[in-house]
Amino acid sequence: MKQIKINDVQEKLEQFINKQVYVHVETTNGAYASHFNDKAYNVGAYVRNAAVTFSQAKIVGDGKVFRAGLKMEMGWIYAEGLTDWTIEDDNKLLLAGHDREGRLMVSLQISETPFRY
Amino acid sequence: MEKHVVVIYPHPDDESFGAAGTIAKFREEGVPVTYLCGTLGEMGRNMGTPTFANRETLPEIRKKELIKACEVLDIDLQMLGYRDKTVEYEDRDEVARHLKGLLEEIDPSLVITHYPDHAVHPDHNALGAAAIEAVRLMDEAKRPVVWAQAISRDYEEVLGKPDIINDVRKHFDKKMEAILCHDSQAGGILGQIKNYQQMNSEDRDAVVEQFGKEQFYTWNY
Repeated sequence: MKQIKINDVQEKLEQFINKQVYVHVETTNGAYASHFNDKAYNVGAYVRNAAVTFSQAKIVGDGKVFRAGLKMEMGWIYAEGLTDWTIEDDNKLLLAGHDREGRLMVSLQISETPFRY
Repeated sequence: MEKHVVVIYPHPDDESFGAAGTIAKFREEGVPVTYLCGTLGEMGRNMGTPTFANRETLPEIRKKELIKACEVLDIDLQMLGYRDKTVEYEDRDEVARHLKGLLEEIDPSLVITHYPDHAVHPDHNALGAAAIEAVRLMDEAKRPVVWAQAISRDYEEVLGKPDIINDVRKHFDKKMEAILCHDSQAGGILGQIKNYQQMNSEDRDAVVEQFGKEQFYTWNY
């Protein structure tokens, strides 16, 4: 993946507006967080292949770390801490946030076809 | 001598970190070993150092790493097709029946798996529990022995000393070679040990101390 360029990602996001798309959202600090540090908490959430439609999509940030939000008819999807992006096969937009060691902490992915499950 | 050993863990790299030395010892004795690998570690956080994988490419990358590690260890591999971090949400009995079918086919004398509730990762605990249940469901006369591996911080306090303590220093290089096949996971613990052969003797001793022993509890049915 490469560092997010806000204009490029904004353009990609807009290509998915008002289409039925599949969304992957995830956040994690790993299954071993409280094993390695007993003061840490294991937290995470994961949704894969939610079929949604959104009418507005925006990426916002300070040049290094970004947030992206999708406005649906009956709610919102957003992710923060995004740092990198890429287009994976078949026009899938992958956005992710990595820590200093390159470990994934958060991701938001959008595709017109389902993600492999 | 064992007839056939089956290792049941959920992730590509569990076999290398957890049991590669024990596996190498069995292979040296000519004992066939089969790894039933539950998932492809699809949900791993480590994407390589520097990052070369992403959430969508990771499964294929880890699959290749797994195949390579099994080649290094000279063992058979079957991928069970569950999804990383979801094993505990599957129907336990269904997973147990799945494993039982495979075990009846392979007919091992020994099964190595994780110790339920003492193996930290939810997939470890869930697949370990299903494997132990699978063996329990087998004909008593045909049941293999089960070695269960605990990795929680306090397992010795809770469970007492493991009865199987394998000194695997003799197979240490093989174990490291297997571990290092899992290149995408190099961000964590692997990063520090990647150059273990160039380490000073003190650091090297620490690595040997950490990885030179593999311990298991014989499951009591």
